[in-house]
Amino acid sequence: MLSVTEMTGITVMRLSSCGYLIREGFRSITKHGFMSFASITIIMACLIIMGTMSLLSVNIDVLIKDLEDQNEVVCFVDDAVTSDDQIRVIQNSLETLGNISSVDFVTRTDAMDTFMSKYDESLMEGIDETVFRHRFVVHLEDIALMSETKGAMEAIPGIAKVNAHLEYAKTFVTIRNIVSVVSLVLIVILVFVSIFIMSNTIKLATFSRREEIAIMKMVGANNSFIKLPFIVEGLVLGIIGGGLAFFAEWGIYELLTGKLVSTLTGSFISVVPFRTLALPMLIIFVGTGILVGVVGGTNAIRNYLKV
Amino acid sequence: MVLMENVTKVYESGKILALDGVDLEINEGEFVFLVGPSGSGKTTIMKLITGEIAPTSGKVIVNNFDMSNIRRSKLPRVRRTLGVVFQDYRLIENMNVYDNVAFVMRVVGASPREIRRRVPYVLELVGLEGREKRIPHELSGGEQQRVAIARALANNPSMIVADEPTGNLDPVRSLELMLLFEKINEMGTTIMVVTHEKELVNAFSKRVITIDGGHVISDGNDGYYSYEIE
Repeated sequence: MLSVTEMTGITVMRLSSCGYLIREGFRSITKHGFMSFASITIIMACLIIMGTMSLLSVNIDVLIKDLEDQNEVVCFVDDAVTSDDQIRVIQNSLETLGNISSVDFVTRTDAMDTFMSKYDESLMEGIDETVFRHRFVVHLEDIALMSETKGAMEAIPGIAKVNAHLEYAKTFVTIRNIVSVVSLVLIVILVFVSIFIMSNTIKLATFSRREEIAIMKMVGANNSFIKLPFIVEGLVLGIIGGGLAFFAEWGIYELLTGKLVSTLTGSFISVVPFRTLALPMLIIFVGTGILVGVVGGTNAIRNYLKV
Repeated sequence: MVLMENVTKVYESGKILALDGVDLEINEGEFVFLVGPSGSGKTTIMKLITGEIAPTSGKVIVNNFDMSNIRRSKLPRVRRTLGVVFQDYRLIENMNVYDNVAFVMRVVGASPREIRRRVPYVLELVGLEGREKRIPHELSGGEQQRVAIARALANNPSMIVADEPTGNLDPVRSLELMLLFEKINEMGTTIMVVTHEKELVNAFSKRVITIDGGHVISDGNDGYYSYEIE
């Protein structure tokens, strides 16, 4: 009659038993409705807090990156350089320097036009374009290395002067580092707090079932038979909690960013659209939910299995 | 079959000596009462048989398994050869009568067909036909204990161990329950009933093992519980 066979220590569970245990896992969710609700709510709350922190950090990072991109380096060309070939050689030298994102050549005429479009033309009376120099407008990949790159630019023959706002660059790098460290620390703290709260909630949920587990042990159930419904239950609660948290986060994000954008119309702030982050967010939310549900659930009953 | 040789059990790091050199043998097909006052060591013997605790020294063999140094992972295999009945029934409250019994068959991987055939049979054997859909708290104490006995019988164990099974029942229900155990014993299952109810033991002509102070002080087939509880 026994279908659980033991061959060389490997226990094989019958398919009908697996089906029954999976059904039990689902049934248990409705049977212990309040505890299921509490577990889902806790998983949701913790994921939403962590998600909000992560989204804030992503947005600050993108904002700083935008500001960094606007921080350009201008390399003025020596007046002795006149031919197109010489210009091309300088451009090549700049492009092969490393840490260079883009190099744009601006003629003195274009430079004057840009200047005049920004300021009152009356200021330019009697001044011709020879006041301006040909120049290269350079964007860097990492402004933390601006000082070194500036030195290398100055060493290129034909470059007369390099204008780079080293103080701005330093400030941006400092802000970015602070934001990265603070958000990382906060997320790590929140992960630990969440796991603690979630495992306690699940412990509370399983505490009421210790008698049931003791009876199972007494009638000869092995640990995998007892654990499987809890794993299924944790998995389902994790998926539900993670999924609901994802949609709630989406709603909150759209609401808050909508308000922010309408308040700051015309300003330099732009927010990362949720859709571009949706897939990784969904995977992280549901994955974390499953992990916490399954690990929390099986951890919580571990003590009751020692009968 | 249960064999105990010179078994000692000490609890709480040497503070309480629960059993002191107990020798005991229960053979297949026997009906045995294990009697004695509270704290005499009856429950310790039962826990040694079910594998809840291990002996401090000595040998315990249960249905050919050596319980003295059995691995924890092997305990389910021993327990499947036993049916255990408790004083407080220990039924799963949110399962109905049928599922409480079917559950232990699922534990051992019985097929749905085997379960459909066996569960009604054992429920009829204990006189609970027609009560399959009831949940435990809808039943009387006697009925709940019958469910526990049906559960113990479900996997056709070679031995049933009952710990104070009549502790929560009135004398008439207690007698009925003992008659049920007697009927099960006549069908070939070994029965060990742990009790301190003198009148009940004396109503049957069975083997009585008396424990006190962690020692076996009498073991006879006269069916008489002669020991006076202080």
